[in-house]
Amino acid sequence: MANDPIHQFQIQKIFPIEVGGVDFSFTNSSLFMVLTVAATCAFLIFSTSGRGLVPSRLQSVSEMAYEFVAGTLRSAAGTEGMRFFPLVFSLFMFVLVANLFGMFPYFFTITSHIIVTFALAMLVIITVIVYGFMRNGMKFLKLFVPSGVPVALLPLVTLIEVISFLSRPISLSVRLFANMLAGHITLKVFSGFIVSLSALGAVGIFGSILPLGMTVALTALEFLVAFLQAYVFTVLTCMYLNDAIHPSH
Amino acid sequence: MAGETHSTTEGMHEVIDVPAAEHGAGFPPFDATTFASQLLWLAITFAVFYWIMKNVAMPRLAGILEDRKDRIAGDFSEANRLKEETDAAIAAYEQALAEARNKAHGIASDTRAKLKADNEARREKAEAGLAEKLKAAEAHISGIKTEALSQIEEIAGDTTSALVEKLIGKAPTKTDLSKALKSVMD
Repeated sequence: MANDPIHQFQIQKIFPIEVGGVDFSFTNSSLFMVLTVAATCAFLIFSTSGRGLVPSRLQSVSEMAYEFVAGTLRSAAGTEGMRFFPLVFSLFMFVLVANLFGMFPYFFTITSHIIVTFALAMLVIITVIVYGFMRNGMKFLKLFVPSGVPVALLPLVTLIEVISFLSRPISLSVRLFANMLAGHITLKVFSGFIVSLSALGAVGIFGSILPLGMTVALTALEFLVAFLQAYVFTVLTCMYLNDAIHPSH
Repeated sequence: MAGETHSTTEGMHEVIDVPAAEHGAGFPPFDATTFASQLLWLAITFAVFYWIMKNVAMPRLAGILEDRKDRIAGDFSEANRLKEETDAAIAAYEQALAEARNKAHGIASDTRAKLKADNEARREKAEAGLAEKLKAAEAHISGIKTEALSQIEEIAGDTTSALVEKLIGKAPTKTDLSKALKSVMD
């Protein structure tokens, strides 16, 4: 069981809750959602409690995150996009901290479950659709009809645009989910090699240096991926929100 | 009914737990029985997170950054103001210096002019005095000269009269004498 690379994704109930036959138990996944939220809020509030004109180290980390997301959103969706800043910032911080929490041994990675990443992706897409229609009315549908395309090609291009729009929540969620899942499985497999090789005696212990090196390198890579996927999720969110604000492209 | 479902899911869970790797069917991320719970807790935690971010953390960060921006802008304008003050002070100093220089120049030229005028006046006065003295001297000389000349006539008359008396034994008349003298002297 210890070497089962899938075991780490198992959801275990902590407080079983059931309403109308549906299982709403507080699980290890729920626990880590709460921990992610609590840790992020605590960090952001604690680090800014000094309200220093000259920031302390922790405060400048919070400021960097804030200005990084603000810059990303502003460059993708313009000043008008800043109305979605709280949403984008929350998404970025939530995904980033959840991904980084997953890097701790024995911690559960909430973003390694497709339903979580899909829910976050749908939150973005529904925001785009609702705000897009609210702001532009029927002109929002121009998103699917690019200007300057020959009439003969228009049905085909529109079809492609619709398909690409519909695939957005899937690609957005699967990208994050698959990256986290695959990364954690790979790490687990390589670290599993170390244990099983060392069990083979002197040669095995010597041979296990290779997977050990791989595990170390993969850990570094996974930290990069944890940040990068949070960033990619945020950038794509910003770009989709830009579509809601400026549908004609 | 609810209790029954609960026990079956519990049972399923137990079953999935052990042979998951062998069957491959119980891949946890695709286990739909956990979806409801994950969605509910994600909704709750993310909503709370969003609320805290929007109402506590972000206004705080925005406030801090705003304060810093304002402070920097304030410092900049203060620095500009001080620079302007310095420039004004330098300009005033230079103006005062130029004025002082002009004034000094004026005083120097005034003094020079005054001294020149004084000298001129003194010189003129001295010259006038000298001229007066010269005139007086000339007058004196000419007085002496006329006096001497008048005496010459008298002396010449006397001498002539004495000579004539000696020569002819008779003194000439005064009219003859003066006539004769006149003819000689002219």
